[in-house]
Parts: sequence; structure tokens; C-alpha cells
Amino acid sequence: MASSPDLKKQKSFLRIALVGNPNSGKSTLFNALTGLNQNTGNFPGVTVDKKTGICNIYHPPSGKIIRTEIIDLPGTYSLNPKSADEQVAYDVLCKKDNPDYPDTTVIVADSSNLKRTLFLVSQIIDLKIPCLLALNMIDLLEDAGMEVDTEKLSLHLGIPVVSISAREKRGMEKIRQLISEKVFPPIKKFLETDISFTDQTQENIERYRKITAVLAECVSEKKEIPAEIFTKKLDRFLTHKFWGYTIFLVVLFVIFQSIFFLAAFPMDWIETLFIKVSLWGAENLPKGELSDLFINGILAGLSGIVVFVPQIAFLFLFIAILEDTGYMARVSFIMDRLMHKFGLNGKSVIPLISGVACAVPAIMSTRTISNLKERLITILITPLMSCSARLPVYTLLISLAVPAAKTFAFFNLQGLILMSLYLIGFLAALAAAFVMKFLLHTKEISYFIMELPIYRSPRWSSIGITIIDKVKVFLWDAGKVIVAVSIILWFLSSHAPGDRFEKIEKKYSSEISEEKENKIASEKLEASYAGILGKSIEPAIAPLGFDWKIGISLITSFAAREVFVGTMATIYSVGNADNTQSIRQKMSEEKNENGEKIYSAATCFSLMIFYAFAMQCMSTLAVVYRETKKWKWVFVQFFYMSAMAYVGSFVVYQLFK
Amino acid sequence: MGIHKTLAELKKGQIAVIESLSKSEFSMKLMEMGCIPGETICLEKIAPLGDPIAISVSGYMLSLRKAEASTVKVTFTI
Repeated sequence: MASSPDLKKQKSFLRIALVGNPNSGKSTLFNALTGLNQNTGNFPGVTVDKKTGICNIYHPPSGKIIRTEIIDLPGTYSLNPKSADEQVAYDVLCKKDNPDYPDTTVIVADSSNLKRTLFLVSQIIDLKIPCLLALNMIDLLEDAGMEVDTEKLSLHLGIPVVSISAREKRGMEKIRQLISEKVFPPIKKFLETDISFTDQTQENIERYRKITAVLAECVSEKKEIPAEIFTKKLDRFLTHKFWGYTIFLVVLFVIFQSIFFLAAFPMDWIETLFIKVSLWGAENLPKGELSDLFINGILAGLSGIVVFVPQIAFLFLFIAILEDTGYMARVSFIMDRLMHKFGLNGKSVIPLISGVACAVPAIMSTRTISNLKERLITILITPLMSCSARLPVYTLLISLAVPAAKTFAFFNLQGLILMSLYLIGFLAALAAAFVMKFLLHTKEISYFIMELPIYRSPRWSSIGITIIDKVKVFLWDAGKVIVAVSIILWFLSSHAPGDRFEKIEKKYSSEISEEKENKIASEKLEASYAGILGKSIEPAIAPLGFDWKIGISLITSFAAREVFVGTMATIYSVGNADNTQSIRQKMSEEKNENGEKIYSAATCFSLMIFYAFAMQCMSTLAVVYRETKKWKWVFVQFFYMSAMAYVGSFVVYQLFK
Repeated sequence: MGIHKTLAELKKGQIAVIESLSKSEFSMKLMEMGCIPGETICLEKIAPLGDPIAISVSGYMLSLRKAEASTVKVTFTI
């Protein structure tokens, strides 16, 4: 047989798919089998996470180690696909020409929810897919003194059945052994083949009738499981009309404090490290174009990405805990009514709140929203929440607009304005959501049918893996775009047409003063392509009260909003960008040809509104593309936010002028 | 004596039997999740703002909006 060596080669490689209901512990089993040997990508064309991992399984009869690829399919309740998630699971299992078509399918069941799982199991059996059933969380049943007769169940279903507890790593040897042996297609259909159903409803009823009969024979009488009793007690508080919201506010407060203040320390360290590296580079690298590109282009871009990592890690730590314990479902339950009015979902609350720290992880966290339209609206409006990058801009502008000592009804006026800016952002987000609710049309019908799972303690190793995974995704996917944009911005602000730069150098060549370097930098920026762009957009932004210098800052702000402060420092030849005192002084002294202050209260308020509404963040746009897979939504977001910013600033400037 | 209502009209703590589901895109989803005609359910919780609701069915808790619940006909006995 000529083909036998090929066959042997194939035999040492297996592909396994894990399928099951959401909350069945499928991911826990996946993590237990693969550890850190896993990868997250996307299924082609859709934004459904494709998790694959490698597991080496020893096969005693042949003495071989079988390299096994495991695919963790999205959770599904049936093989009648209704959402993108379910479609993916369906395509992999039912289409033999699919590149991910598995050798064996492992169906993971929550043992305390067998009835519902067997519905999916029976559908898979009837499609004659080689499969085995893993009764997970068997410890929950044992706690209640219940038993499952796995042998009987296996006889009834015609597929191997094994009871495991992925959390306690029980039954893992047995499942490895079953995977390594060849699993045959089910020996019989679950539903009798001679019955033909007039409609799906009849078939569903018949399936459940038969499942009930099978379970009556194989599972001892249902008793209340201790974890269920505990869940009922806890739910009395967590979904209570007073305590429910109070506890939720406390949870939000803790999350908010962590991503805002705790993350500030590692963020500081990262910034310091990057400053040190670029200072080292400036001193030790040979002067020239390449070194400049490295320091002011690539390094600056990288620092803009890496600095977000602590916030992302913290945010996903909390989201993973909320999801894993089952609390997230309760948050959706108590918030859905409110959010639904604005075309959002109960689960939109977390991304919106996270947006106050940074829109990038906030948008990444919208994956928990299963409804496509509600998820899309959440993605589109989240950047209107005032993120931490806007804070330095607000602080500088507020201090220019109103004196620190001024009070309004006993409150510090500066603080009141800052608070109003956050409030304006939030209200604008809700308003935008409300409008989009009527404008966006998706094929998917909006419904909210969701399991309220029992409360369980979080699985820390799984959470650790999730965090590492999210950070990796962010660094690679958003990172590529951000570095590219940083390099373009670097080129625009450090290059000029013709010999403009040489002329500036010449002009100052004889001058010896402390301010010389700063003055050169300032004039060079004005002469650069960025400067030319700034001047060319001046007619468009003049009605908002902005001059060409602000125009340059608006352009450079595309890398990140806080760059506004640094650009202002360069334009007004302030050497040290950290010295906001001197930037403020220079800016407040700035006058136009008519001797009027450029940074009048009207211009400052107008700029604040512009920064509150405008989409000036490449990282966010990059992540929106990643999450929606359509440039259309990136453009929609960019244009609607820019339009809001322009109109808002125009109105404010004309009112205060 | 059996009284016919929709699932959305049940009061907290009431136990009823599902009679039928009207044809809609989510009725299939509800059935897959165990809301099958003949199944006994109990209205366990109503969210503080009046919507959504949570029922126990097939041994677990399922939450759904009232708009969805109103397509499910139930019978309950006093």
C-alpha cells in the first residue's frame, strides 16, 4: 500500500472541537487540556474569537504521542444558527470541506443542566458527527447527592460518555484516552428516522420528550443543588431594587479606581522607561534621519501603545471576574431596561464606564454583548466618554479660561467645568445611541434571552490566560496601525518642502542664547508639512475660534489627544513640556493682529467641546476596525464624531464670542 | 380551573405550564433553551425597573424581556 506512510503521518495528528452551551465550563476544559499552548485569532470574515490550542496526548497501544489541535468553539444552545457565534459552531461541525472540520467533537455539558445540553447533543448525534459527551461539573451534582449512570446514558445515546470536573481536574486522563482512540460516528439516530415532522416546533417537542424519558432512567431524582440555593440567596441582594444598584455602584467604583489610579503607577514606570530609552538614543545613536525616525517616530508610537497595557490588564481582570462568577448576567438583568431605551444592552454599562479610562479596552470588552446592533452602537458611542487622554488637555484649557480662585455657588469653578465636560460626554453618548437606534438596521432581531448562571468562584488560572490573551491581541492588532500612523505623523512634522529647514538653521547660526534650540524647533514645526497642513485648514477652523497653531495641534493629536499639550509646548518654544505653568503663560499672552487675546474664554470653551466630541484617536479607530471588521463603521464613527465636534464648537464659540 | 395568560402577565412566584409559543424568530431560541409546550415554569424574579423578568425552566434560570415573554401563552391553576 503506497499510501500507508501518509496515513501514519496523518494518524499522529488529531483535530478536536469542543462544543457546548455557554457557561458549561467548556473554556475551563480547554485551558486544562492546552494550558498556555493556545492562540486566539478570528474565524474568517467574522469577529468571533477562534481559540485553538495544542495538546500532546500519549497513546499507549501505539506508544506514540499524538499532537492534537483543539478548537474551542463559541458556546451554542443548538445547531440552528441564529447569531454569528452559532453560525461558526455550525459551519465547523457540519461542513466537511471546512478546514477546521474535526476528527472528533467533544460535547461539554453542565451536569446540573443536562436536559438543555442533551438538546444540542441529540442534534449532533442526528447529524452523525463522531462525538463524545463530557459531563462537566459533576462535583456540583455530587454535592447534592445526585448520580448519573454514565454507562446507561452512553447506551441510550450511542456515544461514549465520561463524567469530569475540569475545575478540579478530575477525569482528565479518561478524556485524553477517549480523544486518542478513534471515535466512531454515533451508532444510531436519537430521533426515530421514520417520523417526519411538519415543522420545527413538533421536532423540538419530540426531542425534549425523548430527552426527559432518557434522563428519568439515567439520573437520580432531582434535588436542589447547594450552589443553586446559595445563588437564590445571593440574588435577593444582587438584584434587589435598592441593594442591587448600590452594590453595582460600589463594584463600578472599585473598577474605576483601579483602572484610573492603580494603573497609573505601572503607566508611569512605562513612560519613564521610554523617556530613558529615547534620551539614551538621542545621546548615543549617530545623529541622522534613521535615529530620528527611531526615537521620534517608532519609539514615540510604541510608548503610546505600551502605556495602555496596565489599564487593559486591570480592566480585563475585572471583566473576567464579573463574567466568571456570573455577576455580569445580573448586571445586565438590572440595567437592561434603562439601556434598552437608548438602543443599548444591559451589558453596555461596563464598556461605557471603562471608556472613561480608555476607549480601546472598553471597545474590546463589547464582545460580551451578543446582539450585533446593540454591540455596534456601544462601539460607536463609547469614545464620546471622556477618556484619560483628554484630561491633560481639559486641565490646560480650563486653567486658561477661568482663574483658579473663581467660585460658583461655593464650588470651585474649574472643578465644576471639568465635571460638566465628563457629563456632556456621557449625555452626548446617550443621545448618539438614541439616534443610531433608529438609523441602524441589522437583520438580527433584538432580543434578550439569557441564562442567569449559578454563582461560582472565579478560576484564577483562566482569568490569567484571558488577560495575557487580550494584551497580546491589543499589542499586535492595534499596535501595527498605531506605529504606522506615528511614523506618518513624525514625517509630517519633521520634514519640510525645499530648503526651509536649512534657512531656519542658517538664521539662528550666529545667535547664541538659551532659547535658541526651542526657537528653532518652533520655527521648524511651522515650516514643516504639518505646519503647512495646519495653515491650510485655518479657514475651515476659524469660525470655531481656532488659528493655524491650534490647527497643527489638532493634526498631531491624531496620534493621541494628550499630544496637544506637547505640540503647544513646541509651538510656543517651551523646552520642557511638563512645565504646564510656562505653557499656560505663553498661551495666555498670545495676541492676534488686533491685539485681542487668542485664547479667550470663547476659544478655550470651543476647544474643550471639540476635544470632548472629536474622534482624534488612531488607537480607537484601529480597534474599531478590528472589532467590526468593516471600514464602514470606522468612517461612520470618525465622521459623526467630527461633525458633532465641529457643530458643537461652532455653537459654543459663537455664543461666547 | 386553568387560566390562560401570557408569560409576561404572570406575577412573581406564580407557577404555570407553557401552552404555546407564537411564531417568531426568538420562539425557536426559547424552545432550544427549554421553553417547550407542556413544560412547567415559575416566574422567579422581575428586574427592579419592571423589565426583564427571570423564570425557572428545565432546572435553571432564564431571563427574557417582557416583549419576548408576551409571545408565550401559559396556563396556570389557582
